[in-house]
Amino acid sequence: MKDLNYNQQFEFSGKAKTYSLIAIAIGFVAIAFGILAGHTERTFANLLLMSYYFASVCMQGILFCAIQYVSQAGWSASVIRIPQAYAKVLPYAAFVLIAVITLGLLTNHTVVEEGKKIVEPYLYAHWATKGIVVKGSENYDAVIAAKSSYLNIPFFFARLIIFLGLYSIFGALLSRYSKNEDEVGGMANYNKSFKISAIFLVVFGFTTPLFAFDAIMSLEAHYYSTMFGWYNFAAMWVSGLAALTLITIILRQNGYMTWITDNHLHDLGKLVFAFSIFWTYVWFAQFLLTYYANIPEESVYFYKRWEPEFKPWFWLNIVLNFCAPVLLLMSRDAKRAATVLKYVCIVVLCGHWLDYYLMVMPGTVGAAGRGFGIEEIGIALGYVGLFTFLMLNALSKTSLVPKNHPFLEESLNHHI
Amino acid sequence: MSSHESIIREPLITGDNITYAKITDDILVPVENMPNKAWWIGFTVASAGAMLWLYAVSYTFWYGIGSWGLNKTVGWAWDITGFVWWVGIGHAGTLISAVLLLFRQNWRNSINRSAEAMTIFAVICAATYVVSHMGRPWMALYTLPLPNQYGSLWVNFNSPLIWDVFAISTYFSVSLVFWYTGLLPDIATIRDRATGLRRKIYSVLSFGWNGSVKTWQRFEAVSLVLAGVATPLVLSVHTIVSMDFATSLEPGWHTTIFPPYFVAGAIFSGFAMVQTLMLVTRKVLGFENYITMFHIESMNKIILLTGSIVGVAYLTEFFIAYYSGGEYEQYTFLNRFIGPYWWAGCMMYGCNVLMTQLMWFKSVRTNIALSWGLSIIVNIGMWFERFVIIVVSLHRDFLPSSWAMFYPTWVDVSVFIGSIGVFFTLFLLFLRVLPAVAMAEVKLLLKSSSEQEKKKLLEQGHVGKEQAEFYKENLIKYDSVEQAEYSNI
Repeated sequence: MKDLNYNQQFEFSGKAKTYSLIAIAIGFVAIAFGILAGHTERTFANLLLMSYYFASVCMQGILFCAIQYVSQAGWSASVIRIPQAYAKVLPYAAFVLIAVITLGLLTNHTVVEEGKKIVEPYLYAHWATKGIVVKGSENYDAVIAAKSSYLNIPFFFARLIIFLGLYSIFGALLSRYSKNEDEVGGMANYNKSFKISAIFLVVFGFTTPLFAFDAIMSLEAHYYSTMFGWYNFAAMWVSGLAALTLITIILRQNGYMTWITDNHLHDLGKLVFAFSIFWTYVWFAQFLLTYYANIPEESVYFYKRWEPEFKPWFWLNIVLNFCAPVLLLMSRDAKRAATVLKYVCIVVLCGHWLDYYLMVMPGTVGAAGRGFGIEEIGIALGYVGLFTFLMLNALSKTSLVPKNHPFLEESLNHHI
Repeated sequence: MSSHESIIREPLITGDNITYAKITDDILVPVENMPNKAWWIGFTVASAGAMLWLYAVSYTFWYGIGSWGLNKTVGWAWDITGFVWWVGIGHAGTLISAVLLLFRQNWRNSINRSAEAMTIFAVICAATYVVSHMGRPWMALYTLPLPNQYGSLWVNFNSPLIWDVFAISTYFSVSLVFWYTGLLPDIATIRDRATGLRRKIYSVLSFGWNGSVKTWQRFEAVSLVLAGVATPLVLSVHTIVSMDFATSLEPGWHTTIFPPYFVAGAIFSGFAMVQTLMLVTRKVLGFENYITMFHIESMNKIILLTGSIVGVAYLTEFFIAYYSGGEYEQYTFLNRFIGPYWWAGCMMYGCNVLMTQLMWFKSVRTNIALSWGLSIIVNIGMWFERFVIIVVSLHRDFLPSSWAMFYPTWVDVSVFIGSIGVFFTLFLLFLRVLPAVAMAEVKLLLKSSSEQEKKKLLEQGHVGKEQAEFYKENLIKYDSVEQAEYSNI
């Protein structure tokens, strides 16, 4: 790699900047449209969905970097700047997620359920409705009251802020060490990254299930599934891998990161392929055990998702997230063909939007308020724009290759 | 990648003047010579255990499973506990040979052979439990969907137990093929060095391996295909074993996290068993240069990782028991600590989660005696995990009037202890007739990842100073490296 420019830097301007700003504008228009059209709850549900997705992908960036350090992976050293870039975006994503949840929890609307008027918040109405844990209130719910020492507004926010804050700090540390390494070389920064990564993995491993229980599972607060945390973990991991692969391919197509060869793409493709299967495994295990045991408290979750409004989407989820990556990426050649890989990654990213859609919608707007239109597409586009803008901006701050990374030589000569 | 391997990677083969011939000579010592005293003592003890197993199982078949300590509340106890324990142990071999191959972890090359052999013997032990469960083993054929003359009898495809039969028999066949394929070049090496009858036997076993380029190409291709097939199998076997419990309505059994949690636990116990065996084998057979401190530490790291994953699953179960608000669910988990089996609960959580956390310390991970002790503790802890899940969940069911304790009979105990004897008998025989380290695969690493090659690089001085220091610091933990040689490089 004689002709390698170790100071190659991404320049954030032109089309990438314009288009991501346009996408953000579309997002705002869609939010305004949703509220004006009287679909406030649906708008909130979409905002929660995309904020969660956004934060998850950023978290995956930190996780990816940490795993590379702890497992002493060599091949990935030359792409590590990309997950680092989106790790740096996590504080923004965390802010957006917490802001959306705050707004959704603290603003109320009146709904009529079984002839009874109830004033409930837009998000987390199943446990945050006023009076739901107060004995004697007409909204009282004994099951929710039993878990109110965990599911209550102050503790809920404390957890969200602590978890996302901790992850953000680890992300910032990993990027900082990597940047310092560019400047001073040597092993000191690598050693620090290794240690911080190991600590991060412990913190992350023990807290992400709770993060998923809080942000998503508690939308249907009566339902519980021990698998839910790992199911969300699998979704986060594979969608982040698809994002990483997609960004790598697009950057390379635009003349950056020319050192990324088909061998690197092959490895990325293998990861997307394998973890799509892993996601399906976890999804199926949760589904099968619920279906087989048929305990009402649990099977109500899938019952709702088998109502006619959701059932086609339910099966489409498997087509997009399992059949598509498995069949399209099965062969070696497909994983090494940038175009095939690119489109599969887009399908997987859309597929996981649908996966989150199926987790969020039945518990918020329900079958009656469900839709797929301007709100869904517009808000999703808005977040894609926001992610692209912030991520590319972060990426442009450092050179694209970590020139003093001890495994860089291995990565540049990677061959499989 | 070989010529670009970073200097900071620790060596996988240590020692000076290691040549291809020396690798063959070192590893074939136990195969080409008469066994020593240590082997005979081990073999005598192990085969006494195997005889005990034979007696206890024959007794079971003669008198029926009434000879076990089961009662109407606890209708499934040591039998299924032993089965799940052995299947779990049988996960490490295929994980090492298949998953680590896909992840290009070269250090697997020195330990995969023994780990796969161990897998096969563990799955055999597990399979004997399936048969002895039946009480009437001659009825075993009814677990297979075969046409029969007694009418339209057909296996119950809705039952996870029948899924188990398919999963385990598939896993066993693929593991066996994988192991045997990997053995072919090594068997051919033994054949070429042998004479007389031994040569004839190994000649047949080597399937005509001639070491040509074409043979090697096919060998590589088939290894990759088998790794691809075996990887989902590693996950599927314990997933299905977990479904034996999780599809039920029993609190403590029915929980959706069971499949991946059981798989993590299986890999955890499997690696512990590999560690137990390898640490002894390494010492007794003098394989210190091939199974190095790096291998030991890496296995300890995997034990720590999987132990922690299991820990997350334990905590998730406790949390959801609280969160669900279900009183039966909550009682089941409380009963593990405050019930009459509190000691079993303490063994389960203490050995599997608390003790493995010691491996955060490098001084523990690189201490051979401690590593061996911890691997035994994990094996004990994982037995108790299954005992707690199975017996402790069952013994206090929905009806307090039917609550009961389980007391094993001598037959229960003998079948279990005997199965350990069977396992070790098979393993000790394996060490005599086949190479315990994959010679051909270790040789692949000699020119890139051995201490002597790395030393040449250091002496040539083309590596970064700090990286060289980092490498030398990492060598200090090796018990098979002459530290003095590095003081003046």
